[in-house]
Amino acid sequence: MRRRVVITGMGWVTPLGASIEGAWARLLASESAIGPLTRFPGETFATNFAAEVRDFDLADHAEGAALRFGAGGCLSTGFAVAAAAQAVEQSGLGRRDGSRADGAPPPHRVGVYLGAGEGSPDYPSLDHTHMRTWDAQARATDAPAWARAAAQHMAHAREFEQEPHATLARVAGAFGAQGPSLNCMTACAAGVQAIGEAAEIIARGDADAMLAGGAHSMIHPLGMTGFIRLTAMSTRRDTPQTAARPFDRTRDGFVMGEGAGVVVLESLEHAERRGAEPLAEIAGYGSSADAFRITDMHPEGAGPADAMERALRQAGITPAEPGPDNRPPVDYICAHGTGTKENDSIETTAIKRLFGPQASRIPVSSIKSMMGHLIQAAGAVELIACVQAIRTGWLPPTINVREPDPACDLDVIPNTARDLRDKGGVGTCLTNSFGFGGQNDSVLVRRT
Amino acid sequence: MRRRVVITGLGVVSGYGVGVGPFWRGLAEGRSTIRPIERFDASGFASKHAAEVPDFSGKDHMPRHYRKAVKVMARDSELAVAAAASGVQDAGLVTRAAEEGEPTYPGRRVGCQIGAGLIAADVNELAGAMVTSAGDSGEMSWRRWGAVAESGGDGAMNNLPPLWLLKYLPNMLACHVTIIHGCEGPSNTILAGEAAGLLSIGEGSRIIERNDADATLSGGIESKLNLTSFIRLHLAGLLAPSAPDDSPSVAPYDQDSPGTFAGEGGAVIVLEERGSASARGASPYAELLGFGAGQETVGLGSLGEPTPEEGVGGAYAAAIRAALADASCDADEIDAIVPGALGHAESDARELAALRRVFADRLGQIPIIATPPLAGACAAGASGLQIAAGALALRDQRLPAHLLLGGDRKGLTPESAREARLSRVLVCVCSTAGQCVAAVLAFAG
Repeated sequence: MRRRVVITGMGWVTPLGASIEGAWARLLASESAIGPLTRFPGETFATNFAAEVRDFDLADHAEGAALRFGAGGCLSTGFAVAAAAQAVEQSGLGRRDGSRADGAPPPHRVGVYLGAGEGSPDYPSLDHTHMRTWDAQARATDAPAWARAAAQHMAHAREFEQEPHATLARVAGAFGAQGPSLNCMTACAAGVQAIGEAAEIIARGDADAMLAGGAHSMIHPLGMTGFIRLTAMSTRRDTPQTAARPFDRTRDGFVMGEGAGVVVLESLEHAERRGAEPLAEIAGYGSSADAFRITDMHPEGAGPADAMERALRQAGITPAEPGPDNRPPVDYICAHGTGTKENDSIETTAIKRLFGPQASRIPVSSIKSMMGHLIQAAGAVELIACVQAIRTGWLPPTINVREPDPACDLDVIPNTARDLRDKGGVGTCLTNSFGFGGQNDSVLVRRT
Repeated sequence: MRRRVVITGLGVVSGYGVGVGPFWRGLAEGRSTIRPIERFDASGFASKHAAEVPDFSGKDHMPRHYRKAVKVMARDSELAVAAAASGVQDAGLVTRAAEEGEPTYPGRRVGCQIGAGLIAADVNELAGAMVTSAGDSGEMSWRRWGAVAESGGDGAMNNLPPLWLLKYLPNMLACHVTIIHGCEGPSNTILAGEAAGLLSIGEGSRIIERNDADATLSGGIESKLNLTSFIRLHLAGLLAPSAPDDSPSVAPYDQDSPGTFAGEGGAVIVLEERGSASARGASPYAELLGFGAGQETVGLGSLGEPTPEEGVGGAYAAAIRAALADASCDADEIDAIVPGALGHAESDARELAALRRVFADRLGQIPIIATPPLAGACAAGASGLQIAAGALALRDQRLPAHLLLGGDRKGLTPESAREARLSRVLVCVCSTAGQCVAAVLAFAG
């Protein structure tokens, strides 16, 4: 018997703020978190702006053992532990110091499934290793010299903490989770995939509760370099605040963000038994691969459509037919909507392919227009936005839509948040994440 | 009715080369593949030996039309592509990669989960670009690294190839495999150190069980044999020192072990729903009967908080018990164990504590198949090799060279290969960051 899975806690560390209520208010106010890079001197970079998390202090979110576990890791580990602390506290399963509350499952029945990304390289050590051991004549690194320099200047902790399973171990340790523990790295799809697979672990009965989500920061020189070389990011250096333009005809790439989103998932049965209020249900999860190219999405959008269809099927929703009371089949799609030429038109194609005539009735927006692309954290942060839409009856907008792209002819909630409270609120939301290499993941979130 | 999952193909890439045959012969003989490192000049490192995949080129293991993609592949991706090709062939599956014939399964019914590690950027490639931005001080200048001339950039970053980032994304192992074989079903890339491979195989089996796919290519592959990854193993204290003319050996479960030796490779395994496999006449190696996972609370280096002694191995033991329960199997029914057996004192002590909790006094009588002493410490690939060894033992009803654990920690008794009645085999591993996972394999008849 498949168990139903609900969300009982949520946490956000985003460029628009490190709290659910605060960042949500700013999303509904159409605010942009994008500005000049401050982390490193990147003014000569083709993209010299990003959506940074400002004024972050883990101690604002965690204390005691949870703070100690979170504080020794890389930046995204801190983000993850802070988001997890918010989620755990809201769920009532534990406290911000990492201690377990009455009614929480035993430690081996609580797992963690993250889509945490890698930490940034130890740049000072690169000066000693890569720069100083280059043999200009041979045009190659002097390997023995490199090994000796590395042994002297690289540090175990700094290297190990770049590994995403160090983030995983720290989040688990911070909150005493000893159940199934996994971290996926499926690029931009990781955060939502982690939540989808974590829900499956509970549905099957392998755990009673899971901390799940994503965390990542690529706002460092080589992280930015990678995407600049791929020409995937916007280069609107003069107007960073309007650079992220999903679904707009003039869009020229995504804008880098960073942060974390973590939810507490729990079997409905367990939540009810302890009298916890479910925030929403994970009603469906779908994953697929384009199996096409490592660089490009398949132009027909079959893979993304398949991931969405799998999620809807699990939730018992028929995509091309109206929902109850002639509502759209889903009330909202939180799009992957990166703002690259390719993604937004192919995502549109995929949505139309799946929903047919219903597609034009579904509001679709990209919060990346405001907080940038949080890479491995994006999907988790966006799933939480869906829960907020369900809880508040508001849909966040896509900002910077000035010239709607005919190739993205969806209802993209341009520029202003939409109030659905008088229209029956928001009952079902689909969130999409697509990663490099053709990874497609969708989750259907439903009001309980 | 629970859908059952069988292993029908083993794609192994190891120090014995590509393919399951040489791997199994090597394990039977107990022949180590740990040799002086040839992939790079290791003379500056304390540890100078590793189990390298010999004479390997990914191009030999992919369809002709795909060979140009090698330039955007890290070694890990090349090894994964070779392992997948070998596994698909071993299973007798027809995929998109075949020159003729209808694929055995529609693409949407085939998933792919390949556990991986962080892939380090090639030092030569990155250093070659970085030095072009050096100022008079010889230090890296991000200003010159950037390419906007009017802001003062020289564009040194343009010395990196445009697809530089893609070469190092860990999900590229699975992505290349999905593209070559047309796997359009659920796909994932799990990173969890040594546990990644077995966690991926577990997830693949769950995906088949819940009817999201009928077959998956699942496993783990990694190569730490590059400068950056290799120094990280040193810094972590995992590697034993060696001199060039040594013939080093690895001693699992020895409290005084000076460390282990690195390896590379792993396995991509074909999992299929049992009914579909039997309908096409496939003969399974083994059935994947049960699966469990957990997380040890570890004293991460910089945390400075060692785990309380009484807690060591507790979560790992719970994961093993979860796998046994999932398999409806008693600890008494386990006929052999294929553990992590890393040869690193702290990891091994944790593993031994977990195994003692589950098997108590019987532990000393259960044959232990240890792959790291022969095929090196293969990180994310390690548990791929482990499950391959367990599946082979079950199919052939034969133990390869193995060990028996005596009463004291140094009481390891090496045993030669022999026939054995094997019904249930436990495969288990715990990463150095505490992620632990166990699977129970059963004789498939």
